[in-house]
Amino acid sequence: MSKWDISGLNEWKSDEFPLGAVIPESGNSRDYVTGGWRSQRPERNDATCTQCLICWIMCPDSAVNTENEQVTTFNLKHCKGCGVCANQCPVDAITMVPEGCDLPEVK
Amino acid sequence: MPTQKTIAATGNTVVAEAMRQCAPDMMAAYPITPQTTIVEEFAGFVAKGRVHTEYITVESEHSAMSACVGASAAGARVMTATSSQGLALMWEELHIASGMRLPIVMANANRALSAPINIHCDHSDIMGARDTGWITLFAETAQEAYDNTIMAIRIAEHPDVLLPTMSCLDGFITTHSIDRVCIMDDETVTGFVGQYTPKNALLDIENPVTHGAFAGLGGPFFEFKKSQREAIERSRAVIKDVGAEFSELSGRPFGMVETWGMEDADVAIVVIGSTAGNVRHVARQMRESGIKAGVVKIRCFRPFPYAELAAALSGVKAVAVMDRAESFGAEGGPLFLEVRSALYDATERIPVIDYIYGLGGSDVRLELIETVLNDLSEIAAGAQAPTGLVYLGSR
Amino acid sequence: MQQLTEIRWHARAGQGAVTAAKLVAETALELDQYMQAMPEYGPERMGAPIKAFTRISSVPIEIHCNIENPDAVVVLDETLLAIVDVAEGIRSDGVILVNTCKTPEALRAELGLQGSSVRVASIDASGISLETLKRDMPNTPMIGALAKATELFDVAPIVSHLTKTFGKKFSQEVIDANIASVTRAYEEVSVG
Repeated sequence: MSKWDISGLNEWKSDEFPLGAVIPESGNSRDYVTGGWRSQRPERNDATCTQCLICWIMCPDSAVNTENEQVTTFNLKHCKGCGVCANQCPVDAITMVPEGCDLPEVK
Repeated sequence: MPTQKTIAATGNTVVAEAMRQCAPDMMAAYPITPQTTIVEEFAGFVAKGRVHTEYITVESEHSAMSACVGASAAGARVMTATSSQGLALMWEELHIASGMRLPIVMANANRALSAPINIHCDHSDIMGARDTGWITLFAETAQEAYDNTIMAIRIAEHPDVLLPTMSCLDGFITTHSIDRVCIMDDETVTGFVGQYTPKNALLDIENPVTHGAFAGLGGPFFEFKKSQREAIERSRAVIKDVGAEFSELSGRPFGMVETWGMEDADVAIVVIGSTAGNVRHVARQMRESGIKAGVVKIRCFRPFPYAELAAALSGVKAVAVMDRAESFGAEGGPLFLEVRSALYDATERIPVIDYIYGLGGSDVRLELIETVLNDLSEIAAGAQAPTGLVYLGSR
Repeated sequence: MQQLTEIRWHARAGQGAVTAAKLVAETALELDQYMQAMPEYGPERMGAPIKAFTRISSVPIEIHCNIENPDAVVVLDETLLAIVDVAEGIRSDGVILVNTCKTPEALRAELGLQGSSVRVASIDASGISLETLKRDMPNTPMIGALAKATELFDVAPIVSHLTKTFGKKFSQEVIDANIASVTRAYEEVSVG
């Protein structure tokens, strides 16, 4: 399926939007970058992490990346820095660190 | 013209029959007096296999309309019915149905709202919902309730419209009176309403869509509301076309505004619903005593037929508006406000008097209407119009 | 048949007045008349006094309101005479029909209608019902008596309509008993 082109959205007139405010494309929230909302960033200590995957279950933005059922990194393009992962981690392997101006993965 | 069967039936029975003939995919409903027998008889049709509708019993009208919204978004043809407190409990979903552009068709048995508690007819339920974005048709008789229900499906599902539509009938007076009604055969109705092809159906898994997304500050919310306004404006032409097509089939006239005696009328009464017949009856009698009375019946309240109404009333010397609902603190009832607004651009300034009548089922006796026409006749002859609204027949 | 006939029914809830009002309307439809039948709705309890209405006309009926000046008043329960003004608004050429063993003369006195042009009719509908249906269901015999007292219909269309509607839900025995009660009431009603 071709991408839904919303580049001109802010200029669209009332008759250019899809009927009934539907989004006529699935999964396009991936294109919506929310990493810029973050003031703190999660950091995981691999030495204390038990790979219980509770952070992966609890993350409201599905921003915990895994590979072969092991947590690897955080998807900082979508992580909003809510801190749920750090709060839920049973072994305190995740800490929230203040975010600088620098967001390399977003750029 | 296809053959029709003449039966003795209540308004609710023929609305249930019309719904069966429209064959909705889904109905979710909660019973409330005086709507109950519509959904009860429809449930009977489902139980007997006379219609293949997914009938969902729910625990409230809030849930009924929520389920209807979900099913309609899934791509189903959806019908339901309610009344009074039930319509009030559906309030937030009424806006959701119209905002999501879901062509749900609902019958509303007009009944007063509490308090004090009352189960009888007035229009306060539907008039409270007049800004929810639903197309709103009114029936004078059981026959019109049957006809409107069938037309409502075509209007709602028209690609230029796609808006929910309400078919209103007066509680008890129309819902529970046995009347003479002509019923079409199933094939004729099936052919008339046609197949529903939904747009953006959630169950169309080849073309996944998201319903109910956020459109906040700076987003296109404003534009979506404008598109709703554009759709209901487009519905005017669709309502007329569907009405004309239905008239061809049924032999019964349909107009957003229906007039009687307006060709040479000096005075006119504007009225909605079952009282229209009473008004016509009295107007006909008064003509014999020299009062040139006319009647303008509103059959479609949303979109409101401003131009048609203004044209019908041009040339009269005094107008009475019969309001079966209050708008406390406003200058008059809901219909009065519309009528006065419609006449604002008229070159001649016509006195318009608002009569609040029949609240909570208070009987609309013919002599009450006589007093209205006598008042109008005096005003047309130069008497001072009353200031403020008149509570007709109240102590 | 005159252009419009308006009938007001007085009964106690549970006596079948609404069904009777409806049966009369349906019979009229079979004779290609226009008709209306409606109960006066309220929170109903068995035994409470109720009203119902029937309109029959040779031309379409436009009005939708209670009947204030009936051509005929039908009273299914004579104990109502003490608590309801059944004669209220009746037309001067109208008829009041009561389910009672009393004579029309006695009824006229009880209703205070001495010297009035209103006709008074009596029929022991409960007695007929107990004999034919073996229980006190005065509504169907009252239809027969009404038809005769008002000259609204002959007994034949009532019998044919009863056969058709009752045929769907009742045994032949019940249908026959109803027909017998209607026919007897049609023949036995006395109008004074």
